[in-house]
Amino acid sequence: MACVKPDGSLTETAKTLLRQLENFLTAEEIAPRIDQPLFKVRSVMRELVGNGLAMETDGKFQITSKGKEKMNVEH
Amino acid sequence: METNPENPITFPRIGSPAPPFEAVTSMGTLKLEDFKGGWLILFSHPADFTPVCTTEFMAFAKLHPKLREMNCELLGLSIDSVYSHIAWVRNIEEKLKVKITFPVIADLNKDVATLYGMIMPGESTTETSRCVFIIDEQQVIRAIIYYPLTTGRNTDEILRVLQALQTTDKNGVATPANWRPGDEVIIPPPRTQELAEERAADKGLKCKDWYFCKKKL
Repeated sequence: MACVKPDGSLTETAKTLLRQLENFLTAEEIAPRIDQPLFKVRSVMRELVGNGLAMETDGKFQITSKGKEKMNVEH
Repeated sequence: METNPENPITFPRIGSPAPPFEAVTSMGTLKLEDFKGGWLILFSHPADFTPVCTTEFMAFAKLHPKLREMNCELLGLSIDSVYSHIAWVRNIEEKLKVKITFPVIADLNKDVATLYGMIMPGESTTETSRCVFIIDEQQVIRAIIYYPLTTGRNTDEILRVLQALQTTDKNGVATPANWRPGDEVIIPPPRTQELAEERAADKGLKCKDWYFCKKKL
């Protein structure tokens, strides 16, 4: 479930998650919003943070400016 | 598998913390901790594209919605590549019309299989046997079931064990042989003489003797 495809574009799962991250949310709050299992959200969030597209503070996630740019480019 | 008498391989046991891992799966890289807060059934199968394993995967897929209602996820494992897993689950969906909705670890280097003692050298050194680890919300191993290569698992029994464990945790009771949800449960035996006398006098319980009492939940 890599969040970035080989061509550099975002996967649908990554886009769905990033759309949720305007406000700080925990993985537990995100999972029911997008109807995905918690393990999957945690895994993708780890990748998004690793790619600089999201950031984590005290267990809560928010989209970064790099993530916003990426989303705008792909719209 | 090589063994060193000075540094023997230790396998997970019931009541011990589940050994942590990070693994490539058919749904991306997953860590054991990604499942924390819910129950997990970690199970191994000998190989992709084999008939008994295919019947098991279909049975686990059928069980998966019920498990999710019980806050439990499934995670498969075999010593195959992630490409083999992807091809196999696609094949099952195409040929047998069953969608595999859970991730499968591609344990080509046998890291997780070795960590969990899933390889039985007497049966095969290149395949994992049919092992089942039921792991609770705190990531403690609560049940371990092993089946040989030739015997497909009874997923109804795996569900029954999970139901029994969750009933035990919720109500502080044990469950008798062949227990099913709705059946009477066992009240743990009293640990002192005083409590034994109280138990024997309790008219609200169905007691055969002071140590053997049941009740309906």
